[in-house]
Amino acid sequence: MINLENEKIKIHTHDLNFFYGEHQALFANNLDILDKRVTAIIGPSGCGKSTFLRCLNRIFELYREQRVEGKIMIDGKDIFDKSIDVLDLRRKVGMIFQKPTPFPMSVFDNVAYGLKLHFKLKKKEISERVEKTLRRVSLWDEVKDKLRRSGMALSGGQQQRLCIARAIAAKPEILLMDEPTSAIDPVGTLKIENLIEELKQKFTIVIVTHNMQQAARVSDNTAFFYQGKIVEYNPTKKIFTSPEKKHTEDYITGRFG
Amino acid sequence: MKRRGMKFRKSLNWIIKAYSIFFVILAVALISWILYTVFDFGLPALSWSFFVEPTKPYGIENGGIANALLGTLFITAGAVIISVPPGILGGIYLSEFDKDSKLSNFIRFSANVMMGVPSILCGLFVYALVVYNTKQFSGMAGSLALAIIMFPVILRTSEDMLQMVPDSLRESALALGTPRWLTIFSIVCRSAKGGLLTGVLLAVARVGGETAPLLFTALWSDDWPFHFFSEPTSNLTVTINEYATNSPFEIMQTRAWGAALIICVAILSLNIFCRTAFNYKKGN
Amino acid sequence: MATLKKQLINPEKFDKVFKSLCAGSALLVSLLMAGLFIQLVYYALPAIRTFGFKFLISSEWDPVNNIYGALPAISGTLLTTAIALIIAVPISFIVAMYLVESASPKLSTPISFALDLLAAVPSIIYGMWGLFIFVPFMQKFFKSLFGIDYSGFGFLTGGIILAFMILPFICAIMRDVFKLVPSVTKEAAFGAGSTHWEVSYDISMKYGAKGLLGAVFLGLGRAVGETMAVLFVIGNVQNVPKSLFGRGTTIAATLANNFSEAEGILKSSLFELGLILLVMSLGVQVLGQLWLNRVSRQMGEK
Repeated sequence: MINLENEKIKIHTHDLNFFYGEHQALFANNLDILDKRVTAIIGPSGCGKSTFLRCLNRIFELYREQRVEGKIMIDGKDIFDKSIDVLDLRRKVGMIFQKPTPFPMSVFDNVAYGLKLHFKLKKKEISERVEKTLRRVSLWDEVKDKLRRSGMALSGGQQQRLCIARAIAAKPEILLMDEPTSAIDPVGTLKIENLIEELKQKFTIVIVTHNMQQAARVSDNTAFFYQGKIVEYNPTKKIFTSPEKKHTEDYITGRFG
Repeated sequence: MKRRGMKFRKSLNWIIKAYSIFFVILAVALISWILYTVFDFGLPALSWSFFVEPTKPYGIENGGIANALLGTLFITAGAVIISVPPGILGGIYLSEFDKDSKLSNFIRFSANVMMGVPSILCGLFVYALVVYNTKQFSGMAGSLALAIIMFPVILRTSEDMLQMVPDSLRESALALGTPRWLTIFSIVCRSAKGGLLTGVLLAVARVGGETAPLLFTALWSDDWPFHFFSEPTSNLTVTINEYATNSPFEIMQTRAWGAALIICVAILSLNIFCRTAFNYKKGN
Repeated sequence: MATLKKQLINPEKFDKVFKSLCAGSALLVSLLMAGLFIQLVYYALPAIRTFGFKFLISSEWDPVNNIYGALPAISGTLLTTAIALIIAVPISFIVAMYLVESASPKLSTPISFALDLLAAVPSIIYGMWGLFIFVPFMQKFFKSLFGIDYSGFGFLTGGIILAFMILPFICAIMRDVFKLVPSVTKEAAFGAGSTHWEVSYDISMKYGAKGLLGAVFLGLGRAVGETMAVLFVIGNVQNVPKSLFGRGTTIAATLANNFSEAEGILKSSLFELGLILLVMSLGVQVLGQLWLNRVSRQMGEK
């Protein structure tokens, strides 16, 4: 069981079901994601991990055939409630995708994007925040001379860190990462993993990964998904050393996957 | 930090959406209006005699557009015969022999430029080249003018279609010892043949309804188009032009609409056929 | 023992011949481009020599004394093209953007298809429709709504018909441009909390700026040279535009009307008009290329 002492629950999903048209992909998911911790979601391809993640910022609503039943509470409020503003939700809950997605604008404008979108700031304030954020993701030294160059001109690993910078510049509370390093080289991956370790001091992080070693390195708690159901949810150490369910053990040891 | 107004952003989004829907409705209404008019005015003109009788001057009874129909077919066929071989061969050159060089880029540039030249100037060009010197309007000159419009189009689309054939196919053929020219014809062109054909058909659809280039080359006539090479040749588009603008007889105007309907249906059918049968889209 | 089939044609030589044949065909297009230009200049020379520079700014059109000026035609072309673009570009843009970014496939597929077909409709159909339907409509519209006596023939009608003609064309190209914006990038913008319009404005427009501008230039080039649609409704009078409701002409319309029976210096003047039109449409293309290069530099591409 997850140790809830001194922990605050940031996200609570209650009987979450997800449907692609007629096909059901998530079945009564109940999960408590802890504040300022890194929660990893692992499982074989097609188990619903990305689907689950995409519920948390309601990005699935862009597609007509996708729908949800159940509740998702963030800080005690159901995000599907009519009084919730989706745009503000998406500012609070940042998302980083598998493929780095720099916007077609300069590095500076990329980082400032969310900032300018949601806040009224003076030019100086924007510059300061952009620099601060880029330093945070350890990108400042690499791009300080290239701030006006296109964001798409950076390397893959740099682009992904740029996307992370862009996400955190707008002061979110939660970061959703969907296999953030699967398209990045090993050196870039290492930098991003170190970054995650730092970021969890300020943000709640949920990371979907098919790389179990990464989950073991980076997360505090891990949820194992299989065919749309949560099989086990425990502190990472426990999952990888003495998992409660045999199914989990089979996956961890590579008997299927 | 001070927050930006959510209300403002959302209302802006909504206003723009409303505008968009309004203009889409406008566009659809326009299409419907035009097509409805063509059918409404053109259908009454269609009859058996319309298709079989030749054009007769001054609203004489029992006139049709048979000769114009035939003339357009001849002229268009002539344009295809003239423009397709060099078009495809040129496309082969750009795709197989010389992909990237100063020369090939200049050729592509010329093709792009030629595609943007107003069609009336192509008519002017052929007039200067052929009609002026032979002192004669002819259907052949009309074909030539249309061919000049079609040629760069076929060149570029052929190049695009051939480029999409994967290199591995070429390499397999060459590895067997096939000479270059045979590789190109029997392997590359054959795999791209759907696309090549579509390119040609679309070029035909483009010139089939052209009037301006024929105005000073093929002119028009009430005769059957059997002196194609030496006399003004009847054709649908210039005939429509004459009937609509220079003829006060209502029956002629109705015939013009009938001819317009035929052209409209033919060209739209050709377009629909190309789009559905070959799923042709730039880059598909 | 099997003997090798004797080659009747030396394959290397044939390959070389074939390559030259293809090269020649390709070069033909460049030759055509040059030839067109040269021909027009050659036949325009008599008029150029007679009228000189005044041709471009004179509005005289006197067949009796054989004095001609290009100003009515040139200004008519510019005015109708301007009207057409002002109307067509924003509408094409909004419609294209809506169809690709917001509309459901059930709606956007048939409408896109219909627009593509509209783009294929020959210009003479627009001319006919303009002459018999739209001109009387314009006349009634302005008389009943504004009390203006408008015959229906003139620059305004010509410009509007031209707009109708190039709208589906520009729209189709803009749609292709918007479709090329990668959906992952758009999703990322949505994920950051942007509205539909913000995503279109901040992401799709920037991504497709090059292509969108290209579409405008292509539409411009088309509008400048369009003959039949405008010919039927513009009035065909050699008048410099003084009001939108006035009758006038364009270069293409002047050519279409006068060429077949023209002789002598009139014919040469018409060739010179053709040359001016060629320069205009080439100029548009070159300008387009230069502008596009500037845009890509501004976007900060490497």
